Amino acid sequence: MSLQPSFIEDVSELPTHAFSYRSLTWWGIIGFMVIEGAAFALAIAAYFFLMSQEQEWAPRPWAPPGLLAGTLFTLVMLLSEIPNTMIKKAAESYGIGMVRKLLPWMVGIGLLLFVIRGFEFNSLNVLWYDNAYGSIIWALLFLHTTHVATDWGDTVVLWRLMRTPHGEDPRRLVDTDENALYWRFVWLAWLPIYVLIYWVPRLFQ
Amino acid sequence: MTPAERAKQPPAKVPRDGPKLTGPKLEEKLAETWSNPPGFIGWLSSVDHKDIGRRYVITALIFLALAGALAIVMRLQLSKPDNDLIGAARYNEIFTMHGTTMMFLFAVPVMQGMQIYLTPLMIGTRSNAFPRLNAFSYWTYLAGGCLLWVAFVLNIAPDIGWFAYPPLSGPQFGVGKRADIWAQMVTFTEIAALAAAVSLTATILKQRAPGMSLARMPIFVWATLVTSLMVIFSMPSVALASSLLLSDRLVGTHFYNPAENGDALLWQHLFWFFGHPEVYIIFLPATGFVSEIVATFSRRTIVMYPIVVMSLVATGILAFGLWVHHMFATGLPRIGYSFYTAASMSVSIPTGLQIFCWIATLWEGRPRLQVPLLYVIGFIFTFVIGGLTGVIIAAVPLDLQLHDTYFIVAHFHYVLIGGAVFPLLGAITYWYPKATGRMMSETLGKVSFWMIFLGFQLAFFPMHIAGINGMPRRVYSYPAGMGLELPNLLSSIGSMVVAVAVLLFVINMVVSLRGGLKAAPNPWGAPSLEWATSCPPPKYNFPHIPVVDSRTPLWDAGEKMSVVHGLRVEERELLLTTVMHAKPDLREPSAEPSIWPFIATLATTVMFVSSIFSPWAVVIGAMPVIIALTAWFWPKSPAPEREPVIS
Repeated sequence: MSLQPSFIEDVSELPTHAFSYRSLTWWGIIGFMVIEGAAFALAIAAYFFLMSQEQEWAPRPWAPPGLLAGTLFTLVMLLSEIPNTMIKKAAESYGIGMVRKLLPWMVGIGLLLFVIRGFEFNSLNVLWYDNAYGSIIWALLFLHTTHVATDWGDTVVLWRLMRTPHGEDPRRLVDTDENALYWRFVWLAWLPIYVLIYWVPRLFQ
Repeated sequence: MTPAERAKQPPAKVPRDGPKLTGPKLEEKLAETWSNPPGFIGWLSSVDHKDIGRRYVITALIFLALAGALAIVMRLQLSKPDNDLIGAARYNEIFTMHGTTMMFLFAVPVMQGMQIYLTPLMIGTRSNAFPRLNAFSYWTYLAGGCLLWVAFVLNIAPDIGWFAYPPLSGPQFGVGKRADIWAQMVTFTEIAALAAAVSLTATILKQRAPGMSLARMPIFVWATLVTSLMVIFSMPSVALASSLLLSDRLVGTHFYNPAENGDALLWQHLFWFFGHPEVYIIFLPATGFVSEIVATFSRRTIVMYPIVVMSLVATGILAFGLWVHHMFATGLPRIGYSFYTAASMSVSIPTGLQIFCWIATLWEGRPRLQVPLLYVIGFIFTFVIGGLTGVIIAAVPLDLQLHDTYFIVAHFHYVLIGGAVFPLLGAITYWYPKATGRMMSETLGKVSFWMIFLGFQLAFFPMHIAGINGMPRRVYSYPAGMGLELPNLLSSIGSMVVAVAVLLFVINMVVSLRGGLKAAPNPWGAPSLEWATSCPPPKYNFPHIPVVDSRTPLWDAGEKMSVVHGLRVEERELLLTTVMHAKPDLREPSAEPSIWPFIATLATTVMFVSSIFSPWAVVIGAMPVIIALTAWFWPKSPAPEREPVIS
């Protein structure tokens, strides 16, 4: 430094981690949530743009997607918020035992969701190469599947990491907290997509 | 020890900066902590924002030279009517490569490179928020650039324009892999830009020096914040558009296929929803350069700082409401014409306000006409012309006449070269001593400025005339006898002058690296924090984190600089402050160098390039990417430390 320093404050007593918007991790997660949210919003805009090209939606002779798998997926996602909130609260109160206990549940729920998602793809009643309607329905479902897969992969890594002594580092609990936040975003983003894939083609046919 | 107990532990007794550890002893320890590992692997592993920023800028300048060489080839072809230097197909490739390289591989990356280099220094921190993400960003950008240029060398370059409109780029007309290479290059560069933008945003919001409230941030940092947010909101649009295009081409979807009730205009909407903000993503950092240079060389604070900042924010918001003016010729409802004309004209208001603020600052100050300020004056002159032609073509009747003519080519080169490249060259001259410790030659700098400025006017002003006379864009030749010979010849001569001038600029950069005058820590007498440290800055940026109590800390500092102390010196540690008022809040560890971002880029590259050929590459190729990312994040030390580290 070219100028002589004049020491005015000691910062050594400051904590080395914090939850929520005080931490850098939170800002990183929010940044990526906004990016993905923008991508979803634009995909939804594309959906309505393509919808305006058709007289009916779903266009004849295609039937709207079957409701069962998609609705079941939505229910499981909504219910997953219960263990997710428990993990988030446990992380914020430094409850490593509870976090270790509950993370495998989230991994299991993710696996269950993948199975249901497979049935969802099978019940769309249209293929991606049939017409533009089929293309955008598949695109929305595919985009959301990558979303679930990303968080699931993240949760698996976190689960393994939290079982090691590194889990006792409070900063890893901040990571757990942010992972739970991201999962909220994953299921919140799903709700409009669920309506667009399963209900709008029913309402406008 | 449980995490709860661990969280309540007092700070460990480890070496920290402060009155007892300062001066050369401190600097030696910090240099060791913040240095790169040795050797080539160490070079690949660097997460230093200065290394990444410098690599970004140099790589972008190389792409500028390559795309500039293509421009010269085009100007040679167009220097006389009915020329047969290059044929139509090659010309299509060349203008596509020129536009794509300039927009995706030069303009946005060079601005982000400058932001990555300068932001932590200007806000008084040791590193940026996500150093490994930053390194990943650079490598991904480089991979995207290499993909495009290797394709060009292999004679499979895209030939669909930098905007790649379907159906020309779709499966029916865009045969072969040219369009796929373009689309995947977009994916690379968007990931790179988004990663850098997230890192910059978090850095600016959480790592400002104590006391640097939002209202005291340097204007360049404001410009960086606004453009990073614009990147975050706009780039997903082109990433989505290009993914849908790839899927139309690879797996037979019909997003852009009207025969199956898709719509080619969907592409134009998605592309321009990104493409228009992109212009401001390039332009706003340049206005940040201008504000810094004007203040320093006028030797006074910028007039009406709040107006300049609000103009930046307003431009950032308005930029998202004008994309349809690129689509006037596609046919729109009347209300659409009126709305987007009004919106396009309104964006000139905040920009105009900024220009008045700069002029007022120069008027009120004591300007020193050195090279950086010359570029600013050249910018104001040229950009105002480009802005005025922009207002002209915002009017639909005129746009419908001038659309796809050389008038548009003239307009956007005035805006982009005048508005972004001139300030960039000024900024490179201005911050060159910061990065290298040497000054660039003032004489050579002045010669190249005048050649670039005058050569530019000669090259691009006649294009207005050629456009009004009806010369269409993107056509490889023109017939004699239509009044196009003289404007084209003048443009070609002008472009050669610009090329020679840019070469002189580069020679100045290279020669000054060794032969330039040695720079004092604050050679221009500037007010902002990046000049509070040595030239070039040490790896750790600042020995002690400075404290700020005004917008011009170095002008107000006096003999001593207020600092905080107590950060660790044997581990990488950052001081985080609160978002609004920048009060000290946390000490967080900063990531050590790592080879994994580079390996993650390699894995991503294999996945993206293979996915041009098979959709299964996305599934199979994702595995190595997942492995690389997991290794990147996994803690390397055997047990957690009492005071956390990121190893």
